[in-house]
Formats: sequence, C-alpha cells, structure tokens
Amino acid sequence: MNAQDENRIKQFLKQTMPPVERNAEPERDLWPAVLRRLDADAPRHAVPWFDWALLGGLVAFAVSFPATIPVFLYYL
Amino acid sequence: MPDGSSSVPDSVLHRFRAGDLDAFEALFREHQRPVYGWILRMVRSTAVAEDLTVETFWRIHRAHDRFQPEYPFGPWARRIATRAALDWLRAQRPEVELTAQIADTLPSASAGDPGIAAEIRSKTTLAFGRLPPSLRATAILAVVEEQPHKEIAAALGITVGAVKLRVFRALRLLRKDLEKQGITP
Repeated sequence: MNAQDENRIKQFLKQTMPPVERNAEPERDLWPAVLRRLDADAPRHAVPWFDWALLGGLVAFAVSFPATIPVFLYYL
Repeated sequence: MPDGSSSVPDSVLHRFRAGDLDAFEALFREHQRPVYGWILRMVRSTAVAEDLTVETFWRIHRAHDRFQPEYPFGPWARRIATRAALDWLRAQRPEVELTAQIADTLPSASAGDPGIAAEIRSKTTLAFGRLPPSLRATAILAVVEEQPHKEIAAALGITVGAVKLRVFRALRLLRKDLEKQGITP
C-alpha cells in the first residue's frame, strides 16, 4: 500500500467518522449510577463469621447437653 | 487528563487507595469527563460511553488497593477505560456497530463531508466494523481522533511501534475490504 492509498483510506475514515468534539461530556451526572453499581456489587445480608461460630457452638452445646435447653429458653 | 495532570491533592490519592469513598468521588468528579471522552472516541455512542464510564469507575473502585499514588491517576484511569471499551467492542457484532444512526448522535467537532458519496461512507463503515476490535480502537484513536501515539500506546499497554503497526494493518485491511466491495481508493 503506497502513501497515496494510505492517505485516501485515512480520508475515507475521517469523512465517515468525524472526530468527537474535544470537550464532550456526559449528558447526566454519572455519580449516582456509579454508586448504584457499587451498591449492587456489595455483598448482601452478610453475616459475620463469628455470628455463625456462636450459633454453631450453641447448637453443639444443645446437642451435647439437651437438658440445658429449658434453662437457655428460661433466660431468653 | 491528557498529560496526566490533576488538581486533586496527593492526600486524596492516598485516601482513595485506602478505600475512602469521598476521595473516590473527588477523583470521579475530576476525571469523569476525560474518561467519558476517551471512551466515546472508541465506541462512538453517547449512551454506551456513559454506561462504560460507570463500568470504568466501578472497575477503578474495585482496583483501588492496586493503585500506586506516586503515579498520576489519569493515565491509570484511561488504561482501565480502554480495557472496558475494548471488552465492549469485542462483545459486539460488527453489523450493529457504528451505524449511521449512532454516528448521527455523536457530538462531533465537524460534520462529515456531505460531498462524499453515501455509498463510500456506508461501505467504509461496514469495512471498519469488520476490523478486529484492537485494530479498530487503535485506528480510530490515531487516524480519526489524531491522539498522540504515545498516549494511545500507554492506554493500550503496547509500544508506540506497535501502535503504528496496528494503524498500518488496519488501513491495509480496510483497503482490501473496500476493494472487495468495489471501491478503489
């Protein structure tokens, strides 16, 4: 491809797709959309690991010593 | 953003790295427009550019702990924006891209030459849409938008020589495609 062809193709491209204006900016504030995206990405209903550990311990304790269940219920 | 300069103080960059949302918003306010403009140049659609700007800043936030505050934020953001735009280009089918309808909605610096035959425009659009996304992005930034090769190379993560090679390959493929369609440059 010679220089003349190259320039012609470049000319076709420029005429087909005019350059975007230098100061183009979004038509709306995109910050709320970014916040929504971040919010959607955040883990939902996350339960801390120590809550699960506590629950597991209580269940294990209740299974090991069933007689203590009424005592627990009394103090709830 | 072109030179990577920013009016945001260094402390904001450090707070952003630590995950501070206010610092992230300050950086968003500062860089939203140049990131949007860069993406718009690649995808040629205002609606898609807005969506990809949101996607870019989401990726930026996700990668906050990998940001190095001693380097400027602008070029880093532009690299992420370029990857987001390339991902989008790769996901599109050629025939739905760069249609006349999309092109008409662009905030262009100058209107296309009405003298150029509509047939040539449509065939050039078609041929351009058939180029591989990486060549398309490079050619549009270098030839149409006349962005400096150094900036394009930094955004694409390649060398200046590779940018020139991609432009050359894109133009050669375009010429071949146009010849197949009966247009001799």
